[in-house]
Amino acid sequence: MNNPSKRRSISKKVIFGLGLFLSVSYVAPFLLVLLNSVKPKFDILANPLGWPVNFTWDNFQEALRKMNFFRSLVNSIIITTFSVSVLIIFSSMLAYYLARTKNKFTKTTFLILVASMIVPFQALMIPFMSIFAQFVSINNRIALIFFYQGFGVALSTFLYHGFISKIPAEIDEAAAMDGANDFTIFWRIVFPMLRPVTATVAIVNSLWIWNDFLLPRLVLTPETQTLPLSTYLFYGQYSTQYGQAMAGLLLAVLPIIIFYLVLQRQFISGISTGAVK
Amino acid sequence: MSQQSRSQQIRKFLTFGAIPLSIFLAVLVYPFAQGLFLTFTNWNGFKYTKLAGFENYTKSFRDPTFWATLGFTLKFVLVSVILVNAVAFGLALLVTSKLKSSNIFRTFFFIPNLIGGVVLGVIWQFIFNTAITAIARKFNIPFFQDSWLNDTNKAFWALIIVTIWQSSGYMMIIYITGLISIEQDVIEAAKVDGASPLRMLTAIKIPLMAQAFTISLFLTMRAGFMAYDVNLALTGGGPYRTTELISMHIFQEAFAFGHFGTGQAQAVLMFFMVAIAALIQVRISKRLEVQQ
Repeated sequence: MNNPSKRRSISKKVIFGLGLFLSVSYVAPFLLVLLNSVKPKFDILANPLGWPVNFTWDNFQEALRKMNFFRSLVNSIIITTFSVSVLIIFSSMLAYYLARTKNKFTKTTFLILVASMIVPFQALMIPFMSIFAQFVSINNRIALIFFYQGFGVALSTFLYHGFISKIPAEIDEAAAMDGANDFTIFWRIVFPMLRPVTATVAIVNSLWIWNDFLLPRLVLTPETQTLPLSTYLFYGQYSTQYGQAMAGLLLAVLPIIIFYLVLQRQFISGISTGAVK
Repeated sequence: MSQQSRSQQIRKFLTFGAIPLSIFLAVLVYPFAQGLFLTFTNWNGFKYTKLAGFENYTKSFRDPTFWATLGFTLKFVLVSVILVNAVAFGLALLVTSKLKSSNIFRTFFFIPNLIGGVVLGVIWQFIFNTAITAIARKFNIPFFQDSWLNDTNKAFWALIIVTIWQSSGYMMIIYITGLISIEQDVIEAAKVDGASPLRMLTAIKIPLMAQAFTISLFLTMRAGFMAYDVNLALTGGGPYRTTELISMHIFQEAFAFGHFGTGQAQAVLMFFMVAIAALIQVRISKRLEVQQ
């Protein structure tokens, strides 16, 4: 009777060893960046894997200044927060309308929204820029937030739609009997019940918008650029200043990793419901 | 539900649907339709003077670099779909194997997914161009002394490695959800019947979570066709435009060379490729799901 349990404990150790090895390899690139961000350039070239001997903070000072870190960070935060908040408002309302009012128009609209998710941005990128050039030149941040509504509304509405369909319509009707109007019914009664989906919608869209590159690259100017843009430009210019480049990359990944480690549980559950739907 | 009157329905539309749907029309539907129309004209990025039939399409097909890009893209999609899903499913099995440390492992595997492709791409560019070559010189390993990114074939595998590293954590989450959803009774019953772990996997677990495969295969395929960020930041299309995926090719065609008509025609072709591939894949997967 001893043998099977012994075998099981050995296989557990093997699995653990494999997991540990893979975990280390998944974070190794970040550790390499961290390690080299505090080394002077020549130490990096001599031995990129070596422990920092001539420890220095200079790389960070230079990187913070050259990539306009704080300005880009604020831009990223403003654009992501506004885009996601408005997206939550618009898509939850649209989903409520599509789920509660059943007619040919709403059914077709819902199908079109779902089908549109397959359209890659690249398929409309070229005319897009000539159509909206004027809007972009007036205020590119507002334009970008507006664009994200158009590109994000399909998936978010789809997520909300599935959840709202499961809420009995009697709840709305009871409130309507008490004399509440549509707007109040939605915001006071229905919307608070949508909290789990709202979390999913918020996380899925935040990750996408925070990291988006192609659309901001076409729309934003140096003053309004987001973190991925300024990181890319900075790296392109200073890639041979290895230490500074590494410090810049570390600064670029830090905000979202901290955010993730704090809200880990919500992230994982948000992603899994968002993807499986 | 009580029937809503026509005026009620219109009021609801104006209150809840009108604004988001107008934005959707303006941002997505209109540019898409116009893009489709413009491919049949002699558009130069600002205006068009006449209809041009299929000229933009035939021009694209006569361009050998476009064919090269298509081939490279299809190879990339095929290899990345297979490997990302294989790795992701492996990770999911590992994380659900009832280890105490599995939550920490899961956290680590997911981290690359949080970071945008451009930042990941430049991190790996440093690894391939600087870190690996420096180590290879030190220990005299010829295979790694020249950067992988300077060789078309090796650069392809560099792209694949980074793509696996980036997206396997996300697909792992989908597979974990699938594995967890399998009822424990079924697994216990199979154990009592003496099913081996391998047989348990192929005969019970995989069929019962077929939906997770449908979703994950679809998402990786779509991501493969649309890949741009990692491509740009890692290889930049080089050496000599030989590692350009279709997305970057379209961008270059339009914004670097000013060929707006052919660029847009290629974008439309890309859309149809994604749509057809997605339809075929989902249809096959659904049929397999039903059979179970």
